[in-house]
Amino acid sequence: MTIRLEPREDAGLGLKIGVSLAAGLAALLLVAIPVLFAGGSPLMAYGLMIQGAFGSMFAFSETLNRATPLILTGLACAVAFRAKLWNIGAEGQLYIGALAAVCVGSGLLQLPPALMIPTVMIAGFLAGGLMMVIPTVIKQRFGADEVVITLLLNFVVILFIQMLVEGPLKDPLSMGWPQSVPLIAEAKLPKLLPRLRMHWGLIVGLVAALVLWLMVRKTVLGFEIRAVGENKAAARFAGIPVDATMLKVALISGGLAGLAGVGEVAGVKGYLSSDLSPGFGYSGIVVAMLAGLSPIGTVIAALFVAAVFVGADSMSRATGISSYIADLVVALSLLCVLVGSFFLRFRVKWERQSVVA
Amino acid sequence: MDVLFDILGSANFWAAAIRIATPLIFGVLGALICERAGVLNLGIEGIFVAGAMAGWLAVYLGAGLWGGVLIAALAGALFGLLHALLTVILGLSQHVSGIGITLLATSVSYFTYRTALPDVSSPPRIAAFQPVSIPGLSDLPFIGPALFQQTPLTFLALVFVALVALVLYRTPLGLAIRAVGDNPASVEAQGLSVMGLRVGAVVVGSALMALGGAFLTMSAFDAFFFGMVNGRGWICIALVVFASWQPGKALLGALLFGAFDAFQIRLQAQIGQVVPGQVFLMMPYLLSIVALILVARRADYPRALLQPWTKGQRH
Repeated sequence: MTIRLEPREDAGLGLKIGVSLAAGLAALLLVAIPVLFAGGSPLMAYGLMIQGAFGSMFAFSETLNRATPLILTGLACAVAFRAKLWNIGAEGQLYIGALAAVCVGSGLLQLPPALMIPTVMIAGFLAGGLMMVIPTVIKQRFGADEVVITLLLNFVVILFIQMLVEGPLKDPLSMGWPQSVPLIAEAKLPKLLPRLRMHWGLIVGLVAALVLWLMVRKTVLGFEIRAVGENKAAARFAGIPVDATMLKVALISGGLAGLAGVGEVAGVKGYLSSDLSPGFGYSGIVVAMLAGLSPIGTVIAALFVAAVFVGADSMSRATGISSYIADLVVALSLLCVLVGSFFLRFRVKWERQSVVA
Repeated sequence: MDVLFDILGSANFWAAAIRIATPLIFGVLGALICERAGVLNLGIEGIFVAGAMAGWLAVYLGAGLWGGVLIAALAGALFGLLHALLTVILGLSQHVSGIGITLLATSVSYFTYRTALPDVSSPPRIAAFQPVSIPGLSDLPFIGPALFQQTPLTFLALVFVALVALVLYRTPLGLAIRAVGDNPASVEAQGLSVMGLRVGAVVVGSALMALGGAFLTMSAFDAFFFGMVNGRGWICIALVVFASWQPGKALLGALLFGAFDAFQIRLQAQIGQVVPGQVFLMMPYLLSIVALILVARRADYPRALLQPWTKGQRH
């Protein structure tokens, strides 16, 4: 028997979905090892995680609440990766979007909610977008790799936010806590249901996914993004304005991450602090990869990752097993889906020696 | 100007510069070996965390200090092997695999730490490496305390700079590693294994990165904290480009960086009332970005960087 690899032209949708499902499942199965290592029972841990993420209306609403920023940062990464623009800076863009929301929405403007909320969102989108346009311009002008620059900018942004919430933006009524002045009521995103934290940011995320899906499939920009992502030189040869397309992608990508920040500030917390995001920007990378960079898939992948985090928190409270188990599942999902991408590119064939001859 | 000379004139400043540079020297050397062989290793940030945690935990559980260093290197090598399997053997995206390794190594380390020490409120300490004296040199006025009173890992880092330079430029193995990142077809034509060389380089490079992490918990501090690596790995990735993938320049870049960082810490003590502390803390990251922009156009990337190789491949 020998193994032969045949390159595939294009993997079908069913296979792509299968690979993502298998990757998520494999990651969940693999964390049985650390659960055992921590002295727990994997089956009980899985049961508690599912219960913690979906077991009640409250649990499910928390999962949706957690999925909201992940849908947006996932879309941010998906659209950028499609154009082979490696935006690893969604975390920083999220904070800058949140900052813009606070700057505009904490009393500077006094508008009715119908105008105030869109204003806050546009401000957050543009600020986040700018935060990705800058490294993209640097890449185009100076040839400096955007991966490292966006990664390093994440650290700069967090420190910048810390500086502001301890300084000029600090809430004088916060009893000394480093947090910003609160948003005015008109700027806050309404809750979806009473007594639950879910807010309209979720609808924004779902609409963004739909718009992005239509854009990628039906518009000239979508075609250009795909062309640039597949082969930059060929796209340029075909007359596609590669640099301009990249800048548009950067604006959209950073903007979506910025919207995630707006949602957290205007929908959940009501103020800005430097612990606004527990790594939503980095998880967005995993969400996008799990989704195979598909906008609709991103929504489902975000739900999965959110359920893992919410479920693990609840499981951790019940069993004492560290909630870092969730980060393990997320990291393993990324590596598993990467291994899965191998099977999207190649058909694996088992053959008897005699047949080959 | 007085402030400037006060700072530059203290032996303490130069000693701090070298201390701050040490983990970066390990990290840049590790990244340099991987990239010279054609593999970008963005796992570096997580491998730092793994090295810091594994080395510290081993000592905490009773291993000797050098035993801890060995465990840290092994942890790094293990994650390096995983990165090599994915990117070299399977030819998958080096960017995605690297980010995945960073996420995995970080979460494995944090999970292990929490599981091994569930009930600690303040991080427990170990008896870390102490500065050693080199007879003759350490007693020199000014130069002694400035340069020759460091912990053994710092001297080990310097030895590795020389060793890596020697192997890369003076041995057939070094020639093969450099060729495998520039023109893998030529290596295969000589009957050498492109994949074997690349896997080896990534494993060794990752072990070195982990030593950078181990320095943090076993020399610079004596405990493990969450978030203590704090972007040092990414800074190394920028410094490799700045150093044009050369060990000597990597040492210089790390030392410059250490000097700048030591300087801003001291400047902070002088003018910290006027300027918020975060401005100083941002400096290392901004400096890395500026360094990257300055050299990017002239950067002589290994030509086969990021390109997977399949056996018998032709151009």
